[in-house]
Amino acid sequence: MIIASNVSKKFGKLKALDNISLTCTKGECIALIGPNGSGKTTLIKSILGMVVPDSGFITFNGKNILHSWEYRSQIGYMPQIGRYPDNMSIGDVFDMMKDIRGSKNTLDEELIGLFGLKEQMSKKMRTLSGGTRQKVSASLAFLFDPDVLILDEPTAGLDPVASEILKEKIIAQKKKGKLVMITSHILSDLDELVTQVIYMQEGTLQFHKTIDELRMDTGENKLSRAIANVMLKETS
Amino acid sequence: MKKIIKYVMSDILQNRIVLAYTFFLLVTSFSVFSLEDNTNKGLLSLLNITLLIVPLVSIVFSAIYIYNCSEFLELLVSQPLKRKTLWLSLYTGLAASLSLSFFMGVGIPILVYQPNKIGLIMLGTGILLTCAFVAVAMFAVVKTRDKAKGIGVAILLWLYFSILFDGLVLFALFQFADYPLEKVMIVVTAFNPIDLSRILILLQMDVSAMMGYTGAIFKNFFGTAMGVSISILVLLLWSALPLWLSTRRFIRKDL
Repeated sequence: MIIASNVSKKFGKLKALDNISLTCTKGECIALIGPNGSGKTTLIKSILGMVVPDSGFITFNGKNILHSWEYRSQIGYMPQIGRYPDNMSIGDVFDMMKDIRGSKNTLDEELIGLFGLKEQMSKKMRTLSGGTRQKVSASLAFLFDPDVLILDEPTAGLDPVASEILKEKIIAQKKKGKLVMITSHILSDLDELVTQVIYMQEGTLQFHKTIDELRMDTGENKLSRAIANVMLKETS
Repeated sequence: MKKIIKYVMSDILQNRIVLAYTFFLLVTSFSVFSLEDNTNKGLLSLLNITLLIVPLVSIVFSAIYIYNCSEFLELLVSQPLKRKTLWLSLYTGLAASLSLSFFMGVGIPILVYQPNKIGLIMLGTGILLTCAFVAVAMFAVVKTRDKAKGIGVAILLWLYFSILFDGLVLFALFQFADYPLEKVMIVVTAFNPIDLSRILILLQMDVSAMMGYTGAIFKNFFGTAMGVSISILVLLLWSALPLWLSTRRFIRKDL
């Protein structure tokens, strides 16, 4: 579904992405893991077209995404830090997005209800706490029932209840055969979700394996242990 | 595109600064017209005020506004929207709302006191100037990432167009006083939309006789329909060119 070929991106002297190639197929739940500043968010932003790669290309359903925008109607994106216009209320943001996307698909408002956002619709975005903002971002990502979900640190800042709700929702989407990409540092959150792991370091792709392969290779059952194992091997 | 313009315009028209700007223009215009019994004199005073205030507000307000809605832009860029559409809608929203407040503030008094050719030309150039300086602001903003720096650049650009440019031209005139520069001056004015507007309007009035030989040459050019159309074309170019350059830059910008 999403294929990246030899994607490189430099910010000044810093190589954010260094010759990345990867293939993501439907029905998978892929975890993007790596230390801070390893290029995870840049990779996600290049898939969304927010960052334009210096070289290489990315295709979405076989079409090059460069200068195209229609494909984004099939993506739900939850940013790491959701930034919204300050003087809009939660309701305004939802209305605006519905207005802009004008999607023919039925709206999936389940998360709005589960997160208890319906009662807070008139609150202004600037008054919201970080966690509530994350809830809004998550609800927006799932709202249009997209084929691909890209979630950047989805559980950071969410309380345990909300984080469980979100995880349930992700599992349900995965079962529907959608492609889900998640970056997270909370590996224990990912254990029950992911089917594949991409490990990045300093802008390069270290490996892209299914979770079973990873378990076999490292001999560890838990994702956190397995990744720790990999990281240790690299330093030694 | 219409939807985004709608959101931008409804946001700007509720903005207190824009309301204050409209009110200020309205009060100034009415007071200037009622101070002078000769409406031509009133128009002249109004010209000097608007040529100073309109570019300043257009460029600084636009720059600050675009920086403040960077979150909004970021949010929209990740949605199924064309970046070009997004940027042009932002421009249209800004230019339309600021032109609207100019029309409310200056246009209505002009239509009341001076509903003739000069008044209409002044109204038109005011709106064109607004559009041009919004475009210049967008170009300055897309080039600089840092907010403080970008607003500084916007203010400097205004300073350049309203004060420094004239100084430089005057300096050059004195240096080359021995040469016939009258025709060159017509070309030079094209490089500054404010000067262009000023001369365009002044030459519609009867004050050009006081400007000596250069005034006569200017009258020959700007007084004709041809000259007026060329000046309007150049003013339009002042909106189109920065806008085109900024759009090209924005399409490739990393957010």
